[in-house]
Amino acid sequence: MRAVKLRKQDLPAFLKCVQSFGELWGPVREKDRQVLKKTDDVNQIDLTTIRTSLPFKKLLFPPRFSMFHFSGNKYTTSLEHLPNRIIFGLHPCDIHALLIMDDFFTRSFDDPYYTERRKKTAIIGFSCIPDEKCFCHATKTDTVEEGFDLFLTDLDDFFLIWVGSSLGDDMTRECPKIIDEGILPEDLKKYVEWRKYRNSQFKMDIDLTSMPEIFDLSYDSVIWEEEGEKCLSCGACTIVCPTCPCYHVYDKIEMGKIEGERMRQWDSCLFKEYSMVAEGHNFRESRAERLKLRFTHKLQAFVGEYGKPACVGCGRCIETCPVDIDIATIVRRLRGEEVKV
Amino acid sequence: MTGLTALKNAYLPESMRLIRRYPLIEGVHFFQVRAVDMTRALSLDYLPGQFMMVSIPGIGEAPFSISSTPSRPGLLEFGIRRVGRVTNAIFQLKENQIIGVRGPYGNGFPVEKIKGNDLIIVMGGLGAIPLRSLLLYALDNRDQFGNIYLLHGAKTPSEMLFREEFLNFRYRDDLTCLLTVDQDDTGKWPCYTGLVTRLFQQLTDIIPQKTYVAVCGPPVMYKFVVAELLKLNIPKHQILMTLERRMKCGVGKCGHCIIGGYIYTCVDGPIFTYWDVIHMKGLI
Repeated sequence: MRAVKLRKQDLPAFLKCVQSFGELWGPVREKDRQVLKKTDDVNQIDLTTIRTSLPFKKLLFPPRFSMFHFSGNKYTTSLEHLPNRIIFGLHPCDIHALLIMDDFFTRSFDDPYYTERRKKTAIIGFSCIPDEKCFCHATKTDTVEEGFDLFLTDLDDFFLIWVGSSLGDDMTRECPKIIDEGILPEDLKKYVEWRKYRNSQFKMDIDLTSMPEIFDLSYDSVIWEEEGEKCLSCGACTIVCPTCPCYHVYDKIEMGKIEGERMRQWDSCLFKEYSMVAEGHNFRESRAERLKLRFTHKLQAFVGEYGKPACVGCGRCIETCPVDIDIATIVRRLRGEEVKV
Repeated sequence: MTGLTALKNAYLPESMRLIRRYPLIEGVHFFQVRAVDMTRALSLDYLPGQFMMVSIPGIGEAPFSISSTPSRPGLLEFGIRRVGRVTNAIFQLKENQIIGVRGPYGNGFPVEKIKGNDLIIVMGGLGAIPLRSLLLYALDNRDQFGNIYLLHGAKTPSEMLFREEFLNFRYRDDLTCLLTVDQDDTGKWPCYTGLVTRLFQQLTDIIPQKTYVAVCGPPVMYKFVVAELLKLNIPKHQILMTLERRMKCGVGKCGHCIIGGYIYTCVDGPIFTYWDVIHMKGLI
């Protein structure tokens, strides 16, 4: 992989160069939160961000959008005018989530609403030092080799930039004056030390080995009842999860007209209506059933289908859950470890 | 985007014409539908057991089993019960109106595996709708199947779906047609009375390894029918059943029909075997 260097003070200039390729989106601090936002002023970008409150998915399958317009029985869809976007600041966990979503939305069926947006989206990854809620080393998503156009590693006085695609290559060649091609032996040493330091900073550990079998054997466990008892069915964990793709579909119609939009909106498997069919029959009436579905899908089913769990260790659900239902605690309890609840 | 190829968007419904509709029983109507484009109408292929998403603009979309057989191309047939918002709107439709339909979706019955074997079709109540497709398909390709048995149970004669059609099947010599009602409120019912499970007494020379069974009916029926089938030593993976779940997309993305965390009913089903039911938790 091609790698180049960028001096720290040149980052704003570099991002301005990048803006010639499309809208720049990056993490911006808003009061006590960090949000992924379109940033015309590159100085707004907050490089200290560990996790944006909502992940990148809001740009690739927005929380609510029109799938098509209908007028009588004419259906028209327009996906031609989507903007080119560059998402800056994705950490390795989110890039892994992006790869999972790429696979999910194209496997066996091409979802045009996702793929058309994805084709116009470039990714500039950014290194991070884990906080107490990060567990990407446990999900094996703490490093990336693909899924980005550029990836910046913060090595104190400069950024080491990995070039991951042809488009990324173009971006570095757009501003040749500030891009340094010469990687020196001491840079390599610095990188190795940085990796060692980062690896030492993980504070949480979750053992995810044998999860599929453990789920099979704990299908009727009381753990689900007990954790379900706490759950508020608010769906916040699914909203913030970078690998939760479920959606609801409904028609929006103008009063007195036979025209409108077929809308797609984020849904949550924790909502009571999620598995409800005609006449109110509900295949997952209890919160325990719904909570079990979420974890089974993430940690068992995905492993069988995609060879890896659909959890990237970003820590968003842990940070967000209002009643402290914690994936780490659930996994420990399923493994039979004593956990204070 | 290259701009060279038109965007293929499988979420857009196709225009279809409602050719004919009439009541089957109280609250359940029969709808015959044909793609407006005649070439498309004749080339639309599917498997018995598959379903389509029917769209009413402004109201929404819902999945419906296909009741017709692909061996008779051109018309798609649905039996639809009025139960909710979308079906209420479908019941407002008049003949010759245009509706939106997309599909077919789902795995369908494994007809290629069934071929060469005997086939027992066990239907109760609305289960007749998807199983009629398989039954007609087998009859239309009669030489490719062994013995065919139809076991159909309804509460009363007036609640039996496709009653006249199935009553006429009694006179065919290429099919064993056993019809029963829980209660004969007419006093003129010419067939059996009692639960559908009682009809199994009539099945005498079944060769279990050479027999596939397709079952569809109200949830309460499965347990008792499966018990009868196990008594006959039918292998669990040769007992086929079709399941119902909430669906929004039909293509394995929206998530609502997921079972056990990894089975998407709309893609991996709606046809499952009894072995699947034992093997994969949460199916029924």
